[in-house]
Amino acid sequence: MLYTRSSFHSPFDLREKFFDLDFPLLISILILGIISMFAQYSSSGGQFDYHSKSHAIRFFVFFLFFLAVSLVNIRFWNDYSLLIFILLIILLVAVKFFGVQSQGSRRWINLFVFNLQPSELVKVGIILFLSNYYHKISSSDVNKFRYLFYPLVALLIPFMLVVTQPDLGTAILILMSGIVITWLAGVKWRIFAYLTGLCIVLAPIAISFLKPYQKSRILTFLNPDSDPLGAGYQIIQSKIAIGSGGLFGKGFLNGSQAYLNFLPEKHTDFIFTLYSEEFGFIGSVFMIILYFFITFRITLIGNMTRSIFGKLYCYGFATAFFIYVVVNMSMVLGLLPIVGAPLPILSYGGSSMLAMMFGLGIVMSCNVYKNNAIG
Amino acid sequence: MLSFNSSNIVSKTKTISRRMFLLNSFKAIVLIGIFGRLASLQINEGSKYKSLSDKNRFRETKISPPRGIIEDYFGKEIASNNKIYQLHIVPESTPNINLLFFRLKNIINISEKKIDYLKKQISKKKSWDTIVVSNNLTWEDFSRVNLFLHDLQGAQPVVSVARFYADNSSAHAIGYVSQMSANDLRTKTYLKDLNIEGISIGKTGLESSLDEQMLGEPGYLRYEVNVYGKKIKQVATNLGLKGKTFRTTLDQSIQKVSSDALRDVSGAVCVMDIYNGDIVSMVSSPAFNPNSFVHGVSHKEWNDLNANIDKPMLNKAVSGLYPPGSTIKTLTALSALENDIVSSKLIVKCNGYIDLHGERFHCWKKKGHGVVGMRTAIKKSCDVYFYEVSRRLGIDRLSATAKKFGLGQKVLQNFKEEKAGVVPNTKWKKNKLGKNWYIGETLHSGIGQGYFLTTPLQLSLMTAQIANGGFKIKPRILVDENEKVSNLQKFSEHKNSTPGNVMSTDDQIYNFNLQPLFRNQENINLVKDAMFAATNEIGGTSYRSRLKDKKFMFAGKTGSSQIRKFTAEQRKAEIKQKDITYLERDHAWFVAYAPVQNPQYAISVLVEHGGTGSSAAAPIAKKIIKKIIERHEIRAAQINSKLSKNI
Repeated sequence: MLYTRSSFHSPFDLREKFFDLDFPLLISILILGIISMFAQYSSSGGQFDYHSKSHAIRFFVFFLFFLAVSLVNIRFWNDYSLLIFILLIILLVAVKFFGVQSQGSRRWINLFVFNLQPSELVKVGIILFLSNYYHKISSSDVNKFRYLFYPLVALLIPFMLVVTQPDLGTAILILMSGIVITWLAGVKWRIFAYLTGLCIVLAPIAISFLKPYQKSRILTFLNPDSDPLGAGYQIIQSKIAIGSGGLFGKGFLNGSQAYLNFLPEKHTDFIFTLYSEEFGFIGSVFMIILYFFITFRITLIGNMTRSIFGKLYCYGFATAFFIYVVVNMSMVLGLLPIVGAPLPILSYGGSSMLAMMFGLGIVMSCNVYKNNAIG
Repeated sequence: MLSFNSSNIVSKTKTISRRMFLLNSFKAIVLIGIFGRLASLQINEGSKYKSLSDKNRFRETKISPPRGIIEDYFGKEIASNNKIYQLHIVPESTPNINLLFFRLKNIINISEKKIDYLKKQISKKKSWDTIVVSNNLTWEDFSRVNLFLHDLQGAQPVVSVARFYADNSSAHAIGYVSQMSANDLRTKTYLKDLNIEGISIGKTGLESSLDEQMLGEPGYLRYEVNVYGKKIKQVATNLGLKGKTFRTTLDQSIQKVSSDALRDVSGAVCVMDIYNGDIVSMVSSPAFNPNSFVHGVSHKEWNDLNANIDKPMLNKAVSGLYPPGSTIKTLTALSALENDIVSSKLIVKCNGYIDLHGERFHCWKKKGHGVVGMRTAIKKSCDVYFYEVSRRLGIDRLSATAKKFGLGQKVLQNFKEEKAGVVPNTKWKKNKLGKNWYIGETLHSGIGQGYFLTTPLQLSLMTAQIANGGFKIKPRILVDENEKVSNLQKFSEHKNSTPGNVMSTDDQIYNFNLQPLFRNQENINLVKDAMFAATNEIGGTSYRSRLKDKKFMFAGKTGSSQIRKFTAEQRKAEIKQKDITYLERDHAWFVAYAPVQNPQYAISVLVEHGGTGSSAAAPIAKKIIKKIIERHEIRAAQINSKLSKNI
């Protein structure tokens, strides 16, 4: 009986499960998706072109994928998290050998239907793996050296693989997600302090491995006006766009900075800039509140979930999601250096969308199966 | 196992929840930070970034405003704005630029050299920038371009506006416009905001002195551009403000007659209204074609103009300096009478020369004039008589009178090129040359030779002030619509409306608040009468050029300014002016007022290297005076309409 209830192929009526979905979260995601379509439409200069069309299709397809993931038993994701993680690492290694190169970095793997960026999926995969890991080990073992070793390796392998693509932004986000989970699981402050100290000692060596453009980005961030037409251009133009939006914005499709191409990367990393220019402070506040509402809902689901895996995953994903949003916004607001970091769901990019929808799907699965115990 | 498990879960959950709470607090702080940054960018500094964003997206192209018009006294346009036809090319919209030029070559007249130059320009500029192929196409070329436009992708026929001068007669007075040079931009501060591609600015004459007011306010075309600078759309147009239109005192039809009269000679004419100082005509010859400069004068034309020994670019009426010759005798006589040096009854015997301190001074007439009085001396222009008068008068008194009558200083403020000339005296010579004055120089000065230098404009002013009875006038070439009618004008009107008036001179001066230049008006009248004799009595120097009709009758004084003194041999051989080389011949002068009965106008005519005033200058004056008198009623009607409004 009990087994049947918690089996992967639950006989539960699909309709019943559907009503167990967290609707506030679901609707927030839908609203965000609709806004993202308008933003992409605007970034294409008010045309329904390749970009905006494929973004809309992706959102639709991946939303269905999200629902499918939600309705799969949380035990399945717990049991297969290691496998998924290993699979993603294999993909990352494959990128090293068979990856598609573009603009000086090798991040994508050609899957014939589309180019997949495994590093985006790893952002979720690492949370999944570490939640499962800390779910399994006893709380008394968390700070033992032997048990610290696996997470460290599991974190450093993808980090190194991604950072050498090179893709510093994604690598840092992966690292931060991992650190958040290990910290939530109870790893002592002291250990983080030791590791931080070690990093500071090793930092000069690491910096020498940075590509010149990465170094210049960090230098530019410290003083964007030093080279207004070069590396500082993106930050300056982004600030002009956001600032000129004012309180109410320039209106939909009237963002001159984006429309006249002053804004770089407006489909992807700078999509919030475009949105903020057109909808102003009011629109931006609404957007930020929407993002934090999603984070809040995920945290609530984490609170309701009984399993450690579910709790760790939800808290971890909520925090990671928060970090993605904050890093992207701080970047376009000129608070952080420009590192490639897309804004979840709003930015153009299939892999990022897939990863977010997958991650949110598992959160939703936690909600649907919140009362299920995991062995 | 289970109990361990459940306690494990409890302790884990505790840790996780506690740490998540910390994390959430941290998130809240970050959230506030993001909101703060957003508010500071969009609300606090919103306007700053808005203007930065506008600076990004808008580009303005200044467009030159229509230039103000210059009209003559009757509102006829002397310098106007005409439609011109231009051909532009936008390289971006041309599929094959070489093919386009090849086709254009068959349609309009365009040289290989020009094509090479244009191609060089195209390679320098952005592909969407307009290139001007020709800024002055003929109507035939323009219509042909329009006809074949379907074959000329990228070519744009454009109708624009440019300066146009109806004829060359006012070329010097009005001046010309031409492309602004780098030097203009540096030296003229008012051009600071007018650095517009293709704008023309005034270079000489009134075009130059009125340039600032005639240029108007520049307009602009505001475009939205993308990050590459390509124009996306035009967002605003401001055509600017048309420059001010000016009405001059010149009479276009008299200008034409004057320039016709001077056609074959090098010289100048000035005609002045003797009551209000209006310059009715001012012509310098030979003239140039001011239209040639509007679109850039050709090398050949420019070289020809500069090589011409008659200096067509010089406005001889205001910038040409010549000794006044015998025309000054009017002032010499007047000065001597006014200062009570001699009486009008003075009689001198002319033997053809006098000797003074071992130097011989010749009269123009070798045999001499015999016994002459003042009236005859002026009438026949006897040099010996005036040697005697000026010897007694002295240079300083003569110079004071000459200055009072307007010589030696600029007459108008409207011409940057105007020259002041020279009225010599003892002090002047000491300062300028560092030498003492010699009595012999006084004698030369008394007949208008030597250091004296005057312009035709100055001599017309001098004549006008004698002709109007010796009252000061303020010459002008621009009509100021708000200006009050001058007192002298009112006086003249009063005189005309009450014939045979008996008002004494003092009453006239008092009632009309006039500025007399005389001590005794009788002296002025004596000079005027002598001028009458010179033209209208047998033996007068300009008798052959007289007009017999009472309506046109004029009174004038001839003059010739020496270029080179005759040598003793030449004098002996009785060489005539026309027998010596052109450049050594004397300049011919004639000054006159007309009509004799009721003087209205004064005229001065200069003919460079014309020989004698009577043969070269007086006949020209005769032609012009006829036209002036014919036009008088039309002009007077204009003045009277103003008088009736103002009185």
